[in-house]
Amino acid sequence: MLRRDMLFGAGALALALASRRALAREVDLPFGNGERPLVAYPGKRPLLQMTARPPQLETPFSVFDESAITPNDAFFVRYHLADIPTQIDPDAFRLDVKGHVDRPVSLSLTDLKGLFGPTEIVAVNQCSGNSRGFFEPRMAGGQLANGAMGCARWTGVPLKAVLDRVGVKAGAAEVAFEGLDGPVIPETPDFAKSLKLEHARDGQVMLAWAMNGEDLPWLNGYPLRLVVPGYYGTYWVKHLNAITVLDKPFEGFWMKTAYRIPDNACACTEPGKPAAATVPIGRLNVRSFLTNLTDEMQVKAGPVPLRGIAFDGGSGIKAVEVSVDDKSWAQGKLGQDLGPYAFRTWTLDVDLPAGAHAIRVRATSNDGGAQPMEPRWNQAGYMRNVVETTRVRAA
Amino acid sequence: MRKVLRAVLTIPALAGLVLPALIAAGLTGAVLAAPVRYDVPEPTAQFRAPKDTAHQAGFEAAQGNCQTCHSVDYIATQPPGKGKAFWEAEVSKMIKIYHAPIDEADGRAIATYLSDTY
Repeated sequence: MLRRDMLFGAGALALALASRRALAREVDLPFGNGERPLVAYPGKRPLLQMTARPPQLETPFSVFDESAITPNDAFFVRYHLADIPTQIDPDAFRLDVKGHVDRPVSLSLTDLKGLFGPTEIVAVNQCSGNSRGFFEPRMAGGQLANGAMGCARWTGVPLKAVLDRVGVKAGAAEVAFEGLDGPVIPETPDFAKSLKLEHARDGQVMLAWAMNGEDLPWLNGYPLRLVVPGYYGTYWVKHLNAITVLDKPFEGFWMKTAYRIPDNACACTEPGKPAAATVPIGRLNVRSFLTNLTDEMQVKAGPVPLRGIAFDGGSGIKAVEVSVDDKSWAQGKLGQDLGPYAFRTWTLDVDLPAGAHAIRVRATSNDGGAQPMEPRWNQAGYMRNVVETTRVRAA
Repeated sequence: MRKVLRAVLTIPALAGLVLPALIAAGLTGAVLAAPVRYDVPEPTAQFRAPKDTAHQAGFEAAQGNCQTCHSVDYIATQPPGKGKAFWEAEVSKMIKIYHAPIDEADGRAIATYLSDTY
């Protein structure tokens, strides 16, 4: 009898553990229809699966507490169209550079790695619609929490070097970028983006083949992607295989109709209202996050170490301030400077007496950018950068 | 845009500069190397059954059309209870902007089923 009970007990424990593991395979984001399975794609750790085809995967927020560099296997994934490449021969891969140039060229990865002198930059890639799920009223689109961002060390060649090599003709205006991914049905507008020529030639826009010292993960654009430091991820074309210099503005759907923001200083409108005029989305605005405490967490009353990250579109972080009482703001200590486009870590020790606390974090960038206390709204749900609040209880 | 599958060793316009690099990197490697493959996990999400049998046609039209281009989680993750205008706009976007070959009657039935179910 005793033996039987013990066996039953062990079985029940195993069952309980199994169901707890099953529960851990899903994350409930704090908005309606926010249930996301945690799925491990090849080369990735379990990530929040927003969609399966094409894959859109969000980084679990706890990853941002580990390091200013987001590991390759945790980096978020965003595709638009479902015909994504599933087979690539890195030796047969070619990048075509063509259009309004003197000497069009087809470059192999070996050409790119050998000819131009590799450079590195640490830069944040953030989805335009990162945090869209928190907008109110909500809108259609990828329903992301705050995990569609990441910071990596990118290795590649400056786009400028490649453009100089092919010789941009007088009268060139823009440069368009296409990748190997495409639509399922041919009538769907293929994903393509463009930059103004002067931006494309600024020496910082990069053709990158490596991320954090390794080949690009497949789902982050293997074997080559565009890196546009300071700009939203929509410009960072993955599986980049064609660059076309144009003598007139690019008219593609993904520039002319999609990824547009209100043409005003706040990139915002009255909630629920469309913008009178729009422009293509551009630079990241300033954001900051607390990473070691999460909403509804219980902490021990007394001294509590806080830490987090901040970033902007390339001027760099000037200050991070924290409020635990809605009245005063204390200055956080900034961590290692990995460059103006990188996540900047910060730390601050605060005292939390017993009770409920709303911890707010705000960053200021070197170009004067600041975060609003109240969330701004725009029709597409882009560029959220409200001062984040984390509610904890100390006991 | 699948030009990469064309396994041709082109002689780039930068021949003088490129050839030594190609040789240094191992031209034979380029010939022998195999393509790299990536296996994308299959979608698992399914459409929710309609609450009302009146939406059976829309349910079937959704099953027959939407998954041509995207998995069902594209729908299931949208904000809940957004209503008819929201889903009509979404279906219209799929047809007019992304050129989904969905006829008008199916489009209407899909929008009605989605607004009633999601």
